[in-house]
Amino acid sequence: MARPKPPTGIVLSPAQQRSRRARNVAIGVAVGLLVLLVYALTIAKLGGHVGDRAL
Amino acid sequence: MTTMTEPAGRHEAAFAGSLALPGDYWELLKPRVMSLVIFTAAAGLVVAPGHVNIVVALVSLLATAVGAGASGALNMAYEADIDGVMKRTSGRPIPTGRVTSGEATAFGIVLSVFSVMLIGIAANWLSAALLAFTIVFYALVYTVWLKRATPQNIVIGGAAGALPPMIGYSIVTNSVTLDSVILFLIIFVWTPPHFWALALLKSDDYAKAGIPMMPNVKGTARTRVEILLYTIVLAPLGVMPWATGLAGPVYGVVAAVTGAVMLWLAWRCFSVRVGTEADKAAKNLFAFSILYLFLLFAVLLAERGLALASHLGL
Repeated sequence: MARPKPPTGIVLSPAQQRSRRARNVAIGVAVGLLVLLVYALTIAKLGGHVGDRAL
Repeated sequence: MTTMTEPAGRHEAAFAGSLALPGDYWELLKPRVMSLVIFTAAAGLVVAPGHVNIVVALVSLLATAVGAGASGALNMAYEADIDGVMKRTSGRPIPTGRVTSGEATAFGIVLSVFSVMLIGIAANWLSAALLAFTIVFYALVYTVWLKRATPQNIVIGGAAGALPPMIGYSIVTNSVTLDSVILFLIIFVWTPPHFWALALLKSDDYAKAGIPMMPNVKGTARTRVEILLYTIVLAPLGVMPWATGLAGPVYGVVAAVTGAVMLWLAWRCFSVRVGTEADKAAKNLFAFSILYLFLLFAVLLAERGLALASHLGL
């Protein structure tokens, strides 16, 4: 079995990796909330009788 | 292998290697200012005539708060040098090195664009234009230009802080009316006595940072005169929403009584000029000015909330 190659490029310390992960999770949550907000907004703006219109 | 200190890919390394946590970015948004913005914008929204869907209202208020937060991030990005000098602001994310100015600028611009688009889609484009104006006015006109240039900085810059109730009002009505202008003017005229009372107490700190606040430039005597003059305009202005019918009698009584207290405290600040008593007078005015504005908008909200509850038979 081949030995794993040594890392190349930028190597982050464990603290930096933890910070980056926390930032990524926060961005993910924010984007998810934005999607939910726009969805709720769309439903609210469509109103209750959206299905009754003539096609 | 590239290490963090090599020039190649230094920017990428600096960004990827940042130790900033989500809480640092949250701090860039000035959460306390955001909560005040939500509060005053909600008051404008609730007292406005007409009806708005609850989801539209909540999303629009959120967008307003995020827009205000974005302008706060842009403000911190530009002011990192003076924030580092002043005691009150030296612990902020940029002076302490947790976030770079460039990251804060990018964060502020992205949130500004998103918040303006969101309120435009949710409510109307007049509200979006007012929010965009608020952000640009605070981040560019006040932060970049006025703050370091003139002792009238907080007078003119106060317009940015005074706009949220007008935005709240326009979310419902898609218009700017005399009533929303009055709400704007109350905060606009309230700003100078509020900040100059603080500046009287912190004039050394502002001088150290090189910010031309009124006491440092024109002297404390002139500052005390201007505080009194603005408060003389503010007290009757505070009662105006009752006079125009926007607010009810409870608001009228609260505005009249608290306006009289503001006048008394401004007079104390004007007439007591030396020693610890002078500091105490400025401190009392500063503290009460916060309560004053809070009470006016809280009563506006409560009056309309109670009227709505009784209308719904609750």
